[in-house]
Amino acid sequence: MTSSRVYGVLASFTSVEGIIEAAKAVKEAGLTKWDCHTPFPVHGLDKAMGVKMTKLPWIVLGCGLSGLALAIWLQWWTNAVDYPFIISGKPLWSIPANVPIMFELTVLFSALSTFFGMWMLNRLPRWYHPLFSVPSFRRATSDRFFIVVEADDPAYQAPEIKALFEAQGAATVEVVEETITNTDWPPKIKFAAWAAAGLLMLPPAFVVKAKFSTSETPRLHLVPDMDHQPKFKAQAASSLFADGRAMRMPIDGTVARGELVANEALHTGFLGGEYVTEFPLPVDEFLMERGRERFNIYCTACHGVSGLGDGMVNKRAQEIVSPLWVPPLSLHAETVISQPPGQLFQTISKGVRNMPGYAQQIPVRDRWAIVLYLKALQRSQSGSLDDVPLQLRNTIR
Amino acid sequence: MADGVAAVDDPIRKPPLVQGENDFASVTDIVCQVSETPKPPKAWYVTFAAALGLLGALGASIVYLISTGVGVWGNNQPVAWGWPIVNFVFWVGIGHAGTLISAVLFLFRQTWRTAINRFSEAMTIFAVICAGMFPAIHVGRIWVIYWVFPIPNQMEMWPNFRSPLLWDVFAVGTYFTVSLLFWYMGMVPDLATLRDRATSRVRRMMYGVFSLGWTGSNRHWHRYERAYLLLAALATPLVLSVHSVVSFDFAVSQLPGWHTTIFPPYFVAGAIFSGFAMVLSLAIPARELWGLKDLITTRHIELMCKVILATGMMVGYAYSTEFFVAWYSGNRYEGFAFINRAFGPYWWAYTLMVSCNVLVPQIFWFKKMRTNMWVVFIAAALVNVGMWFERFVIVVSSLNRDFLPSSWHYFTPTAIDLLTFLGSFGLFLTLFLLFCRYLPQVAIAEIKGVMPQAHAGHGGSAATASDSPSGQVPPEGVK
Ligand code: HEC
Repeated sequence: MTSSRVYGVLASFTSVEGIIEAAKAVKEAGLTKWDCHTPFPVHGLDKAMGVKMTKLPWIVLGCGLSGLALAIWLQWWTNAVDYPFIISGKPLWSIPANVPIMFELTVLFSALSTFFGMWMLNRLPRWYHPLFSVPSFRRATSDRFFIVVEADDPAYQAPEIKALFEAQGAATVEVVEETITNTDWPPKIKFAAWAAAGLLMLPPAFVVKAKFSTSETPRLHLVPDMDHQPKFKAQAASSLFADGRAMRMPIDGTVARGELVANEALHTGFLGGEYVTEFPLPVDEFLMERGRERFNIYCTACHGVSGLGDGMVNKRAQEIVSPLWVPPLSLHAETVISQPPGQLFQTISKGVRNMPGYAQQIPVRDRWAIVLYLKALQRSQSGSLDDVPLQLRNTIR
Repeated sequence: MADGVAAVDDPIRKPPLVQGENDFASVTDIVCQVSETPKPPKAWYVTFAAALGLLGALGASIVYLISTGVGVWGNNQPVAWGWPIVNFVFWVGIGHAGTLISAVLFLFRQTWRTAINRFSEAMTIFAVICAGMFPAIHVGRIWVIYWVFPIPNQMEMWPNFRSPLLWDVFAVGTYFTVSLLFWYMGMVPDLATLRDRATSRVRRMMYGVFSLGWTGSNRHWHRYERAYLLLAALATPLVLSVHSVVSFDFAVSQLPGWHTTIFPPYFVAGAIFSGFAMVLSLAIPARELWGLKDLITTRHIELMCKVILATGMMVGYAYSTEFFVAWYSGNRYEGFAFINRAFGPYWWAYTLMVSCNVLVPQIFWFKKMRTNMWVVFIAAALVNVGMWFERFVIVVSSLNRDFLPSSWHYFTPTAIDLLTFLGSFGLFLTLFLLFCRYLPQVAIAEIKGVMPQAHAGHGGSAATASDSPSGQVPPEGVK
């Protein structure tokens, strides 16, 4: 279905001065539905035409601020609330570390809104325009300046407008016809578009369903890399080495961490097959103080601050009545008090029966410090008044 | 544009921006003929074939890399960053000149930019594509690269927003997007020009679709110019931020040789420096090849040489400041890192860097040198070499001798390293040559705006713009 109608009057000019003067005249004539078409933005034409300042900057400001707000919310929510990210003991939420992303999203949103906002306000893309069918109009993008007055203008009078343009020295003046075609979509294409839109809704629908229902099966992993990591476990075989072991023997002439035995008494607590009875390192107040600190860190969880075996772990185990739990010994039991320092050192290093060894966590000197403190702790529980210096006895009675 | 014309260069004092007897129609012709001639120059075919070859090499080496693992590169402890990151920083740096020329110089009303802005924006976009590729393939498991984006997932995990590496993703991503929008938006009116001159249906369709139905309406121009100004204003801080953020990748770490506050400005100066060198390396052959000498004039080349001279000295100043700070801080590790940098196993790279970046640009003090195209071309190429080595020095010489002397290691690249790097030039050149052939290399509409005829009462005469024979539109094309 095609028909045609008059679109308007089109005039061309050859110079910048010409178009500016003509635009002023058209504006003075009181016309409203008209426009200029030029190969480049002509300085002064906006004023001549009375084009009002665009509201684009406000749109951009709004979108830029939304970008900023989104950046703040996104970083705060993801890293401080939903999945608290502990990095080098820094605060979960602090402005300076989050500035770069705030800046980037502000600029990104502003730029996108500038670009798309401009085209939207210009009602582009629009691949059809009545003027495209005028052959001479093609010079509008090269070296000619055009004015068109649309027939829709209430003050439109073709002969008068033609006369006005001619008076302004237009190079050409012509009346433009527009062909009107039926722009409805064919039914088949319409149907296909609806069907495609419907299909596109399926994946999000599945996601929503999964989100709001429970399931016994494990979560779906898009990339199962983390489930199957190629690596060697302890005691496994390996084809990489000639001896076929995955675990490597220590290299000759090297000592693994924590396995140095430079001084038998100091590093093992034995001397000639017997537990040492003397401390193999100088004993002073600092060592004692260190021992108290380390004991409180490593031993009190089970043995309690007093060493009576009433630590938090033990209390909790009693509470839940764990059948496997062996209560820690009181460190003030006769069997323990009678042990020489070397034996206590062994207990801490290698563990005893149900107690694990602590050689991995506690360095050698700290273990001796704990032994020293333990000895003092035991004395404190079995002491008598005679142990207190004479001049202090009155103060504690 | 609109307001900028007031600051238009006075043709009496300075050589005009457009030379020769040109009017609007002939300017249109000069630019459009590049893509309208049925056959480009022979040199185009030769370079395009070479570029495609290198692109193939890039594809092959990436496939090999992904199917085998990052062990195919020379990266290994302690130099875990190796060439891929060197190349990344190198290409991002090059990608700075485009937006600097189009946005910063636009805001400063430097009208001479119009001849080279389109060109260098294209260069920016292609360079950023090459740059973005390297960290992506460098992650090892490229199939989970989407983890860098905050996408809700079944692991209930989020990226770490306090990591400079994530800032980088956002900075480079934003920069690429904004540069692309800026470039494309600037090109729309010129695409419409090509559409209106098209003689074949295919050309009319292609240029027609991408010119979005542009008619040159003044009401459109009005919003268009606002939008252009806004984008320029947005892109300006962006140019300065991208390389600053890239420098955070280094500066935020604790490594001597990287952990310095001077990095952001130092990186930005270096980026502009290398970007302009690359624009020159591309513009000199292009203006020769496509006959654009009236638009990209000797004066443009000279101005760019001066920018290189200035930024080259800033870079040189940064090199010396680094040494000063290393000594003045009294930090032994910092001191060692810098002595190792200049006199350690990579002394040759350091020497090369200083000679190319600080000494070579000094020749641009002389007008004779600035106007000799061969000299400029070779100097620009040397600056590019020097800037690649700058990144190599920063990455490799800071890493190769770490705190544990037993793990010190002399880094050597593998053949795949080399192939990937050369391949990235293939990608860049392929895109660039396609751009030169099919898109308007010079901003036609903008350059018309800086011609004297464009200004009412500015010595413009109606006669020149009128009926020159070359202004003829092609006869109504094939329907
Ligand atoms: C995880 C809880 C736990 C911690 C922590 C712990 N112990 Fe024990 N400890 C035990 C238990 C349980 C026993 C009794 C083992 C048994 O009888 O099977 C025990 C027994 C002992 C004994 C008696 C050994 C003997 O010969 O009878 C000593 C001494 C001892 N611990 C010292 C220490 C010291 C010193 C520390 C700190 C370094 C420590 N323990 C930390 C649980 C712990």
